[in-house]
Amino acid sequence: MNTHNIDLPAWLEIVVIPILNIMVALFFAGLIMLAIGVNPIEAVGIMLNGAFGYDEGIGYTLYYTTNFIFTGLAVAVAFHANLFNIGGEGQAYIGGLGVGLVFLALDQYLPALLLIPIGIFAAGLFGAAWAFIPAWLQAYRGSHIVITTIMFNFIASSLMVYLLVNVLIKPGQMAPETRRFSEATWMPFMHEFLGGFGFEITRTPLNLSFFFALLCCVLVWIYIWRTRWGYDLRTAGQSEDAAKYAGIKPRKVIISAMCISGALAGFVAVNAIMGEQHRVLMNFQAGYGFAGIAVSLMGRNHPVGIILASLLFGMLYQGGSELAFEIPKITSEMVVAIQGLIILFSGALALLFRPWVVRVYLKFKPLTAQHV
Amino acid sequence: MSDWLSSTLPTLDATLRVSTPLILCAMAGLFSERSGIVDISLEGKMLAAAFAAGSVAAFTGSPWIALLAGIFVSIFLAFVHGFASITHRGNQVVSGLAINVLASGLTVVLGIAWFARGGQTPSLASSARFMPIELPFAESSANVPVVGRFYNEVISGHNLLVYAAFAAVLLTWWVVYRTRFGLRLRAVGENPLAVDTAGLSVGRLRYSALLICGLLCGIAGTYLSIAQNAAFVREMTAGQGYIALAALIFGKWRPLPALLACLMFGFLDAVAIRLQGVEFAVIGEVPVQLIQSLPYVLTVVLLAGFIGRAIAPAAIGVPFSKDR
Repeated sequence: MNTHNIDLPAWLEIVVIPILNIMVALFFAGLIMLAIGVNPIEAVGIMLNGAFGYDEGIGYTLYYTTNFIFTGLAVAVAFHANLFNIGGEGQAYIGGLGVGLVFLALDQYLPALLLIPIGIFAAGLFGAAWAFIPAWLQAYRGSHIVITTIMFNFIASSLMVYLLVNVLIKPGQMAPETRRFSEATWMPFMHEFLGGFGFEITRTPLNLSFFFALLCCVLVWIYIWRTRWGYDLRTAGQSEDAAKYAGIKPRKVIISAMCISGALAGFVAVNAIMGEQHRVLMNFQAGYGFAGIAVSLMGRNHPVGIILASLLFGMLYQGGSELAFEIPKITSEMVVAIQGLIILFSGALALLFRPWVVRVYLKFKPLTAQHV
Repeated sequence: MSDWLSSTLPTLDATLRVSTPLILCAMAGLFSERSGIVDISLEGKMLAAAFAAGSVAAFTGSPWIALLAGIFVSIFLAFVHGFASITHRGNQVVSGLAINVLASGLTVVLGIAWFARGGQTPSLASSARFMPIELPFAESSANVPVVGRFYNEVISGHNLLVYAAFAAVLLTWWVVYRTRFGLRLRAVGENPLAVDTAGLSVGRLRYSALLICGLLCGIAGTYLSIAQNAAFVREMTAGQGYIALAALIFGKWRPLPALLACLMFGFLDAVAIRLQGVEFAVIGEVPVQLIQSLPYVLTVVLLAGFIGRAIAPAAIGVPFSKDR
């Protein structure tokens, strides 16, 4: 029976099937743990406790969540235009370069009230610029965005190594990183911010970027579903021909979608550099760009889904490092393997269970309304 | 003259060594992409195979069993890719990415659980590896000027898998352009509907292409961990799967041009190490990172149509569906 043209009610499509997919991914993760002699149930307990069991754990979980929201949104915006931005990794890295350049130049002269918006703007601008080139090449020269963004990840990495080792490095220092920026550039920590209102919480890297990430979710939602630009984006993403007939210019859509996507990826630098490290260092963005693809697939390219998926990934990251600490046999790379399984089952094999769900659904559905 | 030779020959020798995994992976990618399946998972398959070969060689001490293990794991991952993108018509880029991420995580997790050496497999004795082979007359030809030295110092003295890589290029060319299977393979990548109308199974052809793709990536991975090196090291592929993909595109999805692209990228890599800290007249020191990123830059420039035009197989990336 051919099931892929039978419509399912929304709750099956956006709740049951995604949850089934994640369950299978986690099932295989459990098998891996069994294979290396670790009790998966115990491991889940340690992870949950590490991520949510105490103040500090929650802070770290939400700190990681912030990064995943940015890269997840980045991938989602491009997806709605039917573009696969696999270059979030490089865009985030170059976003960090933007932050580094403006702060190295200005951090001694301007007040925090100016520096923080400038830093956010620089992160977005540099990320967008790094996405603009592949976008332009796709729109006007016909090169495939997947391949060019992959290549741009590597080019970004070489560029940053060169700049950090030879140009931006703090003089008289061995480690390839910039000097620490002045305190005026720091994104306020959550413990300081809430402390100002009389709430005492533990010191963690969690900072106000978290609220900025949530704001980005709202803005992306408004952009995609409530503006004519978003309408153009979705139309061009679903059918380029239809978009042309409607007077939409697909080339412009490609460029604007990728620039917004790149800017969102660049915002990782706001959280990781302005919020935590306060200097540019090598591979500060490592893994977040690729995780963004898993987050977006899991969250079905919707901001609400992305927040939930980011929370799960934040939990995996924080709980995973706790797990690696508690059980020496496990390393934090376990999270990377789980991430791969989630990309496989929530992304590439997203339709694996659909035929079965359709069959069960048709069995319980009143006959009169059945698809004929 | 001889001074010039003695500095050039080692670089060419190194070129062959670093090009080998690129060549094998590029041919692997050629089969997959010519059949219409995008394969960004060359990297992941090679990494997983390298780990499997390194572990099995450590346990059994036999390079041949290790080679089989590497090939087996790589083919298994190729079939996962096929299951997602052929059987379930999933997104091929997503599926490839999943394999890369999975391989990157799992090799470290299993490596630490099994060997507890920070993700490395135990160092192998030479009996457990593919060791350099002296070709016939290599020793005696060393005195023949230029050609003899070239034969002795560059062509001879590599391990079996290096020669296998070059043989793979010839075989690939022969299979793709001179056999019935090759004709069908190219057809299924250009117009799968026509192949289907002719009564052939699109899925079966694509699965066969992925089988060969997995086989070649398996050899490439095995080469890394038990021939070029004496152990598996975490993330030892270090982007070479992507460079091979770039070389494949650079060679416009054809075996011989792809081989040349691999050799060029390999040469750049070999030269980059030698140029470190060398001052040139006028331009000064060339940053190593610039040379290392050249393969990627060149591929982007090529794809943009600024030097020739790289046209992908027409049906690449599109899942095939009988019913419309």
